Amino acid sequence: MPYAIELLSITKRFARTIANDNVTLRVESGSIHALVGENGAGKTTLMETLYGLYQPDSGRIRIQEKNVSIKSPHDSIRLGIGMVHQHFMLVPPLTVLENIVLGSETTRYSLLDLKKTTTEIAELAGRFSLSVPLDEKVENIGVGIQQRVEILKAIYRKADILVLDEPTAVLTPQESIQLFRILSELKEEGKTIVLITHKLNEVMEISDRVSVMRKGKIVGEVETAKTNPQELAQMMVGRPVLLRVEKAEKKAGDPVLTVNDLTYVDRRGISLLKNVSLEVGSGEILGIAGVEGNGQSQLVECIAGLIRPSAGFITLDGIKISGLGPREVFARGLAHVPEDRIKRGLVVEMDVKENLILGLHNQPQFSSRLSMNRKSINDNAKLLITRYDIRPMDPDAHARGLSGGNQQKVIIARELSRNAQVIVASQPTRGVDIGGIEFIHRTLVEARDAGKAVLLVSADLNEILSLSDRIAVMYDGKIVKLFPDSKVEESELGLYMTGSKGNSQEKALGI
Amino acid sequence: MISQIFSLAFLAQTIRITVPYSLASLGGVYSERGGVVNIALEGIILNGAFCATVGTYYTGSALFGVACGIAGGLLTALIHAVVSIHIKADQIISGIAINLFAVGITKFILEILFQSSSNSPRIAGLPHIHLGFIESQPDVANLLGNPLVIVTILIVIASQFIIFKTRFGLRLRSVGENPEAAETVGIGVTLYRYYGVLISGALAGLAGAWLAFDQHSFTDGMSAGRGYIALAAMIVGKWNPLGAAAACLLFGFAESLQIQLQGGGLPTQFIQMIPYVATIIVLAGFIGKAVAPGADGIPYEKEN
Ligand SMILES: Nc1ncnc2c1ncn2[C@@H]1O[C@H](COP(=O)(O)OP(=O)(O)OP(=O)(O)O)[C@@H](O)[C@H]1O
Ligand SMILES: [Mg+2]
Repeated sequence: MPYAIELLSITKRFARTIANDNVTLRVESGSIHALVGENGAGKTTLMETLYGLYQPDSGRIRIQEKNVSIKSPHDSIRLGIGMVHQHFMLVPPLTVLENIVLGSETTRYSLLDLKKTTTEIAELAGRFSLSVPLDEKVENIGVGIQQRVEILKAIYRKADILVLDEPTAVLTPQESIQLFRILSELKEEGKTIVLITHKLNEVMEISDRVSVMRKGKIVGEVETAKTNPQELAQMMVGRPVLLRVEKAEKKAGDPVLTVNDLTYVDRRGISLLKNVSLEVGSGEILGIAGVEGNGQSQLVECIAGLIRPSAGFITLDGIKISGLGPREVFARGLAHVPEDRIKRGLVVEMDVKENLILGLHNQPQFSSRLSMNRKSINDNAKLLITRYDIRPMDPDAHARGLSGGNQQKVIIARELSRNAQVIVASQPTRGVDIGGIEFIHRTLVEARDAGKAVLLVSADLNEILSLSDRIAVMYDGKIVKLFPDSKVEESELGLYMTGSKGNSQEKALGI
Repeated sequence: MISQIFSLAFLAQTIRITVPYSLASLGGVYSERGGVVNIALEGIILNGAFCATVGTYYTGSALFGVACGIAGGLLTALIHAVVSIHIKADQIISGIAINLFAVGITKFILEILFQSSSNSPRIAGLPHIHLGFIESQPDVANLLGNPLVIVTILIVIASQFIIFKTRFGLRLRSVGENPEAAETVGIGVTLYRYYGVLISGALAGLAGAWLAFDQHSFTDGMSAGRGYIALAAMIVGKWNPLGAAAACLLFGFAESLQIQLQGGGLPTQFIQMIPYVATIIVLAGFIGKAVAPGADGIPYEKEN
């Protein structure tokens, strides 16, 4: 088999780190190659170098057995390379349709031929079961749908080489299965695919070969058929990893967070939450399963005080918090890990130590009347960076330059270290490596064992099943099913999540 | 009868004021849709007016003068483009510098060419189309028959299409909203930003030419803040060509009203406030929140 991609001795340095250290990676034409490794290992950097977003400090690139020089994405696109980026590359005020065609527009008399394009894309979306609202602006859609848009965007360009950087991080298992069907189909057509993921079962399922990166180097390459998740995990982290969560029986107490008949109608008059009731007790984790866009985001934002419910109310420790702003809600003991880490979780222009005190910045320990207390901010950062294994271990690093998983760890570190009564965590391990997932899961379970009330919203069913004490399924703005324990099959959950089963309203009460 | 004539003159006055506002304001739309704040519009108008005057004076051709006005605008905008896109300097500072520079350089050359630092000699106006009516009001007839009025209207309508319905417009907007994303789909961010700024230069230069022909001469500092008003109109119009033109029309209307009302017993200072009060009312009351393009004013730093 000839090679479609050859990255030869690529070295890429940033100001503070060597992201790729003499990396060589060859991908056979017509194969699916998985690229795995810890957060910050250099996977994204390597692929963005291939795509022309970065220029390597040294090394060569060959595509389809020819030496090439890739100065910008313009060049890589011409060479038939397409990429789904880890951080979505969408233009928020443009519509989904405009985003998909941007850069490869069809025109008639130099006007955009949106009609023809609409049919084309609708057909493509239908063929691959990737339904997206073409005329909606991207700023109005959730991350799961944005991910679908990115995938469609890449497929629409008909690239011969497709790089997908953690495309399944926000997809539900069903959606991931769908994506893998698409990838297999593309492979049949002779395309070459590189897939970056932290989910080892996906690697096992779809890839032909796997390369493992650690600290900027490739530390191993194997044929998928000849390896197993344990071995891969060990290669990635350099130590054995627990792939299951261990947790003790729950010792749940009284309800701490209650949501009562919560309804939310958006500006266009669409009901996104319909009389949702739930309670979360101290010492338990209530998991909310559901396909993105079924009201989970609004539920979380109502609780966190970011949007105001249209009807119903929320209490924390018996005191009504709905109607309060985020600052008051936080002051009353709520920690929030938001689903969109760039938009809500971090200020990427600021450095790590500053991001680690967002929302706590006015506490006396960090700020006196006139100035911030630099020493304690720095100490706080050092402590959390060590405890949560944030890399690079540098309080002054810019949040923007952190790898995706490490950005997530900054948010987790800040929110979980606040010692809040209630923790609302949306997609807490999105894009986090297995070592990190193990750690975050353990931390959430520890919080629960320490008597905190945890509301976990995740598209990752594995996560829901392994962490939750009770599971509520949301569909179409309602809780359609409550499982009093986590003894339920994924497939069963799936039926409720897609609305095939259970159309009545349930209440997630009775801890 | 009298009221009809009055209203025609009023209409003509409004149009006279609106045309240069609209051209410059559209220029602002192109530049800022591409992500470059262009307060240099003020200086571009001034340079455009100057070049148009000089071009017409020496050749006697108004058409050549118009071309000179556009060229002067383009050149001035090119400076702004290089400074803010290539050198990535602060766009506001570049704009202010260009505005100050324009005031100085026009005076300087005026002095050299015409031995006066405040006025150029008289130039002929633009030829106009004979409309065959309102002959009793030659001023009004000339104005309505001015080809630049029609050209401006066409440019406004065309711009609405260009920005929202063409490939060029889509790419320009993407570059102004999220240059990283634009770059990942192979769009040359720098190139499109240049396009935006240069188009704004051509349009504001044309606005300057209008002023020169309207007044039949160049006078020192004759842009008189029009570039800033044009920017305000662009914001009121939410960075849409039609919106910006409508806002300019509103400002033009308010200003002619101010002119009409002068000497009518009300205190002048009060009357002079009208355009600004109108702006504030419109901004606060009717328009709603105006959201600038996401990357407006932010230089694009490619990480390498
Ligand atoms: N633009 C940048 N500026 C500075 N440092 C960067 C930049 N991009 C990446 N880095 C650093 O380079 C290293 C590799 O990052 P990269 O994003 O490639 O990791 P990754 O393997 O994709 O991780 P993840 O799984 O978390 O996405 C990290 O240490 C990161 O902090
Ligand atoms: Mg990455």
